[in-house]
Amino acid sequence: MAKYLLLKHYRGAPASVNDVPMDQWTPEEISAHMQYMNDFAARLEKTGEFVDSQALAPEGTFVRYDGEGRPPVTDGPFAETKDVIAGWMVIDVDSYERAVELAGELSAAPGAGGKPIHEWLELRPFLGVQPTITE
Amino acid sequence: MTSQVTQMNEALLRSLTPSVLGILVRRGADFAAAEDAVQDALVEAVRVWPADPPRDAKGWLVTVAWRRFLDATRADAARRRREDLVDEEPAPGPAPAVDDTLQLYFLCAHPSLTPSSAVALTLRAVGGLTTRQIAQAYLVPEATMAQRISRAKRTVSGVRFDQPGEVATVLRVLYLVFNEGYSGDVDLAAEAIRLTRQLAAAIDHPEVAGLLALMLLHHARRAARTAPDDSLVPLAEQDRGRWDTESIAEGVEILQAALARDRLGEFQAQAAIAALHADAPTAEETDWVQIVEWYDELARLTDSPVVRLNRAVAVGEADGPRAGLAALVALDDSLPRHAAVAAYLHERDGDLATAARLYAEAAQKAPNLAERDHLTRQAARLNARRCR
Repeated sequence: MAKYLLLKHYRGAPASVNDVPMDQWTPEEISAHMQYMNDFAARLEKTGEFVDSQALAPEGTFVRYDGEGRPPVTDGPFAETKDVIAGWMVIDVDSYERAVELAGELSAAPGAGGKPIHEWLELRPFLGVQPTITE
Repeated sequence: MTSQVTQMNEALLRSLTPSVLGILVRRGADFAAAEDAVQDALVEAVRVWPADPPRDAKGWLVTVAWRRFLDATRADAARRRREDLVDEEPAPGPAPAVDDTLQLYFLCAHPSLTPSSAVALTLRAVGGLTTRQIAQAYLVPEATMAQRISRAKRTVSGVRFDQPGEVATVLRVLYLVFNEGYSGDVDLAAEAIRLTRQLAAAIDHPEVAGLLALMLLHHARRAARTAPDDSLVPLAEQDRGRWDTESIAEGVEILQAALARDRLGEFQAQAAIAALHADAPTAEETDWVQIVEWYDELARLTDSPVVRLNRAVAVGEADGPRAGLAALVALDDSLPRHAAVAAYLHERDGDLATAARLYAEAAQKAPNLAERDHLTRQAARLNARRCR
């Protein structure tokens, strides 16, 4: 019983095996990809392992405090930022092995030519709750 | 007053849940449908009882749940189900040898279930919690928890209700519930204690008593475990005046009765260690020599590296930090909390630079926020002292 974040990167992850940008796929290939993602989430709901899934716009803004009485400063987006998060899925599973298995399945989503993308997904464990018994 | 009545009702309802469910299953209802019917009856009771309390609470629940079960059964595939029911009608004969409540614990902790499913099913079918409450406690969407529970029910649907199960699997599930503490509006630690107490009433088993004692002894320290700012207070620094002495006394008494039967198990050994901590008026007066002996016992019973890690801490207290560090050498440093233990022992040994480095390393690897913050503070404390 542990939660994991599956992070999908626009940029910053190692190149996938089937590394063709989405805008060069056929519309049918895009539909097949979306369908795979939806089916995957639906399947996890059925197994009782789904927590959340969200997609992010590729561009964001950096914001920081600028002192008492001043509006926050905004800046960016910065072209040099190496790591861009595309979206995430949160799962609640019984083991690390199960989390890896599911990330592997998600990475097999079809891309160009209907073949699996083999995309690198980042798997990050949530910090859990403090157990009652520690000594 | 009204809320008091509601709370009393809820406690009563939840305590009646397993026996009502057991009766339905014995009458031939399949477990999954019976469990749904009992949940419906619980909801109905919460609605109706405040204005119109029943004379016989259990009888009321059985009647309503059975009616719900029949309604639901008629609603889907009436004829087929009724035929099955006749087939499944238990033959009249001697009363069941094993208590229904106990059977439910076994079923909900069946080895074919994953730990998270067994936990969820136990909390609902034995504990009488709603799916929403369980979902909130484990911070997952209600729909996900509903699916987890219905899958679990399907998994055990073929298991015969009158088969004896394994106490050890039930204890592991209850231990998991307890250790998860509490995060939502349901206090899982208190719920685990209630369920373990109920189990101890249904079966005479020294390890069930051992687990109950262990829970009570740890629960007794809960108020002292966190500072007002929610930061962790280590055992040695806890205000022992805030420990719940009643809970400690009960835990010790249960443990002593269990130990007297001379069938030692890991939960009794763990409880013995917790009892020795609880018994010390101050941290300095802790009987570390005896604690090390119990860890030796525990290591024999479980062969767990985590036990040997904790033993190294106890050795450090009993025979000095050098002895603790020597005990640590034999252990794999990839073990969770290895760096934290090493940091502590190095600090006691006066090597503050190494201790600070290891505390920072341990914070990086901490499995939860409270521990990470605690370890970061330890590193910061030593670094600040060294810079001065």
